[in-house]
Amino acid sequence: MKIEYYIVLSIALFCIGIVGVLARRNAIIIFMCIELMLNAVNLLLVAFSKMHHAAKGAEVATAGVDGQLFVFFIMVVAAAEVSVGLAIIVMMYRNVHSVDVNFLNRLKH
Amino acid sequence: MSITQVLFFFLSALALGSAVMVVISRNPVHSVLWLIITFFAISGHYFMLNAQFIAIVNIIVYAGAIMVLFLFVIMLMNLNAETEPQKNKWMKLAGVVSGGCLLLVMVAALKEAEVKGQTTEMVTGNIGLIKNLGQALFTQYVVPFEISSVLFLSAMVGTVLIGKKDAKEQN
Repeated sequence: MKIEYYIVLSIALFCIGIVGVLARRNAIIIFMCIELMLNAVNLLLVAFSKMHHAAKGAEVATAGVDGQLFVFFIMVVAAAEVSVGLAIIVMMYRNVHSVDVNFLNRLKH
Repeated sequence: MSITQVLFFFLSALALGSAVMVVISRNPVHSVLWLIITFFAISGHYFMLNAQFIAIVNIIVYAGAIMVLFLFVIMLMNLNAETEPQKNKWMKLAGVVSGGCLLLVMVAALKEAEVKGQTTEMVTGNIGLIKNLGQALFTQYVVPFEISSVLFLSAMVGTVLIGKKDAKEQN
């Protein structure tokens, strides 16, 4: 499979995530769109790792392992981020009884 | 058209379609379910690239743990009713237009890319197997691995601190 297909697919998934962050107001949906963007990046990293292995695998047997380990670390960071972020959203819901991000404009005044 | 290509386009269409549904569904619970389908499609891509460890971890961590956490929070807050107030139409349009512009610019930048024309290994190659990844993880990348355990510990402590009620409220 050509690498361009994977790049275009990842860009499309990433842009759908960006549109979700910009167009929705529900904090939880915005959070899910951030997860979508992280997954687009993960897919691209794995595709590049396999591309690198196809090009250099004959000389270096472990060429491309780094890319897949980076995906692993991105997943670790994403799991930590989700746990803290959802705790913040629960806290926000407890205080303002809404998850609408437009209510969080007190820094403006 | 080989079976690999058919599977690739099927999984891509599934991932893109359900990603669009995540953004446009009104009900947050439906958004979570569509996002799970997206994650399964991306895991299918990993299987096709023979990155088996990443594929399994993606299903277990994302589709399993993280999405269940999202569902718990949504149901805890009783958000499954369609409570989101209507946003200004122009703001929505501006979001879609700016996202589309980014898509256009990045795809256009691909025209001059250095990697153009290279191919990925599809169902062969053994770097994605647990044996090879584990060897690299516990020799070359052992320090980041241990640091990530500290990160998890601090995230856990932070979550408990944020999530618990104030001492004043409890009295």
